[in-house]
Amino acid sequence: MIENVFLIIIGIAIIMCLLRMMLGPTTPDRAVALDTASTIITALLVLLGFMFKRDIYLDVALVYGILTFIGTVIIARYLEGGI
Amino acid sequence: MWVGFIVTGVGVIFLFLGALGILRLPDVYNRLQAGTKCTTLGAFFTIVGVGIIEPGWFWKALLIAMFILISSPISSHALGRASCKIGIPLCKQSVVDKSKEFDECGRKEK
Repeated sequence: MIENVFLIIIGIAIIMCLLRMMLGPTTPDRAVALDTASTIITALLVLLGFMFKRDIYLDVALVYGILTFIGTVIIARYLEGGI
Repeated sequence: MWVGFIVTGVGVIFLFLGALGILRLPDVYNRLQAGTKCTTLGAFFTIVGVGIIEPGWFWKALLIAMFILISSPISSHALGRASCKIGIPLCKQSVVDKSKEFDECGRKEK
Protein backbone atom coordinates (compact mmCIF):
# COMPACT_ATOMS: atom_id res chain seq x y z
CA MET A 1 0.00 0.00 0.00
CA ILE A 2 2.50 2.61 1.13
CA GLU A 3 5.17 1.21 -1.20
CA ASN A 4 3.13 2.51 -4.14
CA VAL A 5 3.37 6.03 -2.71
CA PHE A 6 7.15 5.60 -2.43
CA LEU A 7 7.32 4.44 -6.05
CA ILE A 8 5.29 7.44 -7.27
CA ILE A 9 7.55 9.91 -5.41
CA ILE A 10 10.71 8.24 -6.79
CA GLY A 11 9.22 8.32 -10.29
CA ILE A 12 8.60 12.07 -10.03
CA ALA A 13 12.21 12.53 -8.84
CA ILE A 14 13.62 10.57 -11.81
CA ILE A 15 11.44 12.61 -14.21
CA MET A 16 12.85 15.86 -12.75
CA CYS A 17 16.41 14.58 -13.23
CA LEU A 18 15.62 13.65 -16.85
CA LEU A 19 14.17 17.13 -17.42
CA ARG A 20 17.42 18.72 -16.20
CA MET A 21 19.33 16.29 -18.42
CA MET A 22 17.34 17.50 -21.43
CA LEU A 23 17.54 21.27 -20.82
CA GLY A 24 20.85 21.62 -18.95
CA PRO A 25 22.89 24.41 -20.52
CA THR A 26 26.36 22.87 -20.22
CA THR A 27 27.79 19.36 -20.36
CA PRO A 28 28.64 19.02 -16.59
CA ASP A 29 24.99 19.82 -15.80
CA ARG A 30 23.90 16.76 -17.76
CA ALA A 31 26.61 14.63 -16.12
CA VAL A 32 25.48 15.75 -12.63
CA ALA A 33 21.86 14.95 -13.47
CA LEU A 34 22.91 11.51 -14.74
CA ASP A 35 24.87 10.83 -11.53
CA THR A 36 21.91 11.79 -9.34
CA ALA A 37 19.45 9.79 -11.44
CA SER A 38 21.61 6.67 -11.23
CA THR A 39 21.88 6.91 -7.43
CA ILE A 40 18.08 7.25 -7.23
CA ILE A 41 17.69 4.24 -9.54
CA THR A 42 19.92 2.14 -7.22
CA ALA A 43 17.55 2.87 -4.32
CA LEU A 44 14.59 2.15 -6.60
CA LEU A 45 15.99 -1.30 -7.49
CA VAL A 46 16.24 -2.26 -3.80
CA LEU A 47 12.67 -1.03 -3.21
CA LEU A 48 11.43 -3.05 -6.22
CA GLY A 49 13.15 -6.13 -4.83
CA PHE A 50 11.25 -5.65 -1.59
CA MET A 51 7.94 -5.24 -3.46
CA PHE A 52 8.41 -8.33 -5.65
CA LYS A 53 9.97 -10.43 -2.81
CA ARG A 54 12.95 -11.35 -5.01
CA ASP A 55 16.39 -10.97 -3.45
CA ILE A 56 18.17 -11.13 -6.83
CA TYR A 57 17.38 -7.40 -7.17
CA LEU A 58 19.95 -6.66 -4.43
CA ASP A 59 22.72 -8.15 -6.57
CA VAL A 60 21.48 -6.15 -9.56
CA ALA A 61 21.55 -2.96 -7.45
CA LEU A 62 25.12 -3.65 -6.26
CA VAL A 63 26.45 -4.24 -9.79
CA TYR A 64 24.54 -1.19 -11.08
CA GLY A 65 26.08 0.97 -8.35
CA ILE A 66 29.62 -0.17 -9.18
CA LEU A 67 29.16 0.37 -12.92
CA THR A 68 27.61 3.82 -12.54
CA PHE A 69 30.43 4.93 -10.21
CA ILE A 70 33.06 3.89 -12.78
CA GLY A 71 31.08 5.58 -15.56
CA THR A 72 30.77 8.88 -13.72
CA VAL A 73 34.49 9.00 -12.86
CA ILE A 74 35.39 8.26 -16.49
CA ILE A 75 33.02 11.02 -17.74
CA ALA A 76 34.67 13.47 -15.30
CA ARG A 77 38.16 12.52 -16.48
CA TYR A 78 37.04 12.94 -20.10
CA LEU A 79 35.61 16.41 -19.42
CA GLU A 80 38.82 17.38 -17.67
CA GLY A 81 40.89 16.32 -20.67
CA GLY A 82 42.69 13.42 -19.00
CA ILE A 83 41.87 10.71 -21.54
CA MET B 1 8.46 -3.45 10.99
CA TRP B 2 7.02 0.07 11.15
CA VAL B 3 10.48 1.45 12.01
CA GLY B 4 11.66 0.24 8.63
CA PHE B 5 8.75 1.92 6.85
CA ILE B 6 9.45 5.21 8.64
CA VAL B 7 13.18 5.07 7.73
CA THR B 8 12.33 4.24 4.09
CA GLY B 9 9.84 7.13 3.95
CA VAL B 10 12.43 9.60 5.24
CA GLY B 11 14.88 8.35 2.62
CA VAL B 12 12.36 8.73 -0.20
CA ILE B 13 11.59 12.31 0.90
CA PHE B 14 15.32 13.10 0.82
CA LEU B 15 15.59 11.60 -2.70
CA PHE B 16 12.70 13.81 -3.85
CA LEU B 17 14.30 16.94 -2.36
CA GLY B 18 17.62 16.15 -4.06
CA ALA B 19 15.95 15.83 -7.45
CA LEU B 20 14.04 19.09 -6.82
CA GLY B 21 17.37 20.82 -6.14
CA ILE B 22 18.76 19.38 -9.38
CA LEU B 23 15.87 20.91 -11.28
CA ARG B 24 15.66 24.34 -9.61
CA LEU B 25 19.09 25.57 -8.50
CA PRO B 26 20.84 28.06 -10.81
CA ASP B 27 24.39 26.75 -11.16
CA VAL B 28 26.31 23.51 -11.74
CA TYR B 29 28.08 23.74 -8.35
CA ASN B 30 24.81 24.32 -6.46
CA ARG B 31 23.28 21.42 -8.35
CA LEU B 32 26.23 19.22 -7.33
CA GLN B 33 25.69 20.22 -3.69
CA ALA B 34 21.97 19.41 -3.69
CA GLY B 35 22.27 16.28 -5.77
CA THR B 36 25.12 14.68 -3.88
CA LYS B 37 24.20 15.39 -0.25
CA CYS B 38 20.46 14.76 -0.39
CA THR B 39 20.76 11.77 -2.70
CA THR B 40 23.48 10.04 -0.68
CA LEU B 41 21.55 10.35 2.58
CA GLY B 42 18.25 9.40 0.90
CA ALA B 43 19.63 6.29 -0.79
CA PHE B 44 21.33 5.23 2.48
CA PHE B 45 18.09 5.57 4.46
CA THR B 46 15.99 3.86 1.77
CA ILE B 47 18.26 0.82 1.45
CA VAL B 48 18.82 0.43 5.21
CA GLY B 49 15.04 0.77 5.74
CA VAL B 50 14.36 -2.10 3.33
CA GLY B 51 17.00 -4.09 5.23
CA ILE B 52 15.17 -3.40 8.50
CA ILE B 53 11.81 -4.47 7.03
CA GLU B 54 13.26 -7.77 5.70
CA PRO B 55 15.78 -8.92 8.36
CA GLY B 56 17.26 -11.64 6.12
CA TRP B 57 18.49 -9.04 3.66
CA PHE B 58 20.06 -6.69 6.20
CA TRP B 59 23.76 -7.36 5.64
CA LYS B 60 23.64 -7.27 1.85
CA ALA B 61 21.57 -4.06 1.97
CA LEU B 62 24.10 -2.56 4.39
CA LEU B 63 26.88 -3.49 1.94
CA ILE B 64 25.12 -1.62 -0.91
CA ALA B 65 24.46 1.37 1.37
CA MET B 66 28.08 1.58 2.51
CA PHE B 67 29.25 1.38 -1.10
CA ILE B 68 26.98 4.30 -2.05
CA LEU B 69 28.15 6.23 1.02
CA ILE B 70 31.77 5.86 -0.14
CA SER B 71 31.45 6.17 -3.92
CA SER B 72 28.96 9.02 -4.39
CA PRO B 73 31.12 11.81 -2.85
CA ILE B 74 34.14 10.62 -4.87
CA SER B 75 32.30 10.82 -8.19
CA SER B 76 30.74 14.19 -7.40
CA HIS B 77 34.13 15.58 -6.35
CA ALA B 78 35.56 14.44 -9.68
CA LEU B 79 32.71 16.16 -11.54
CA GLY B 80 33.13 19.40 -9.59
CA ARG B 81 36.89 19.45 -10.17
CA ALA B 82 36.39 18.86 -13.88
CA SER B 83 33.81 21.61 -14.24
CA CYS B 84 36.03 24.04 -12.32
CA LYS B 85 39.00 23.15 -14.53
CA ILE B 86 37.24 23.69 -17.85
CA GLY B 87 35.96 27.05 -16.64
CA ILE B 88 32.22 26.80 -16.07
CA PRO B 89 31.25 30.23 -14.62
CA LEU B 90 29.55 30.71 -11.27
CA CYS B 91 26.06 32.17 -11.07
CA LYS B 92 25.47 35.91 -10.63
CA GLN B 93 24.55 35.76 -6.94
CA SER B 94 27.87 34.17 -5.93
CA VAL B 95 29.88 36.10 -3.35
CA VAL B 96 33.40 34.65 -3.27
CA ASP B 97 35.52 32.36 -5.46
CA LYS B 98 38.78 31.21 -3.91
CA SER B 99 39.70 28.59 -6.50
CA LYS B 100 42.08 30.98 -8.29
CA GLU B 101 44.28 31.45 -5.19
CA PHE B 102 45.40 27.81 -4.92
CA ASP B 103 47.37 25.60 -7.27
CA GLU B 104 46.52 22.00 -8.13
CA CYS B 105 47.91 20.42 -4.97
CA GLY B 106 45.98 22.77 -2.66
CA ARG B 107 48.93 24.97 -1.68
CA LYS B 108 48.79 28.77 -1.61
CA GLU B 109 50.27 30.45 -4.65
CA LYS B 110 52.44 33.44 -3.92
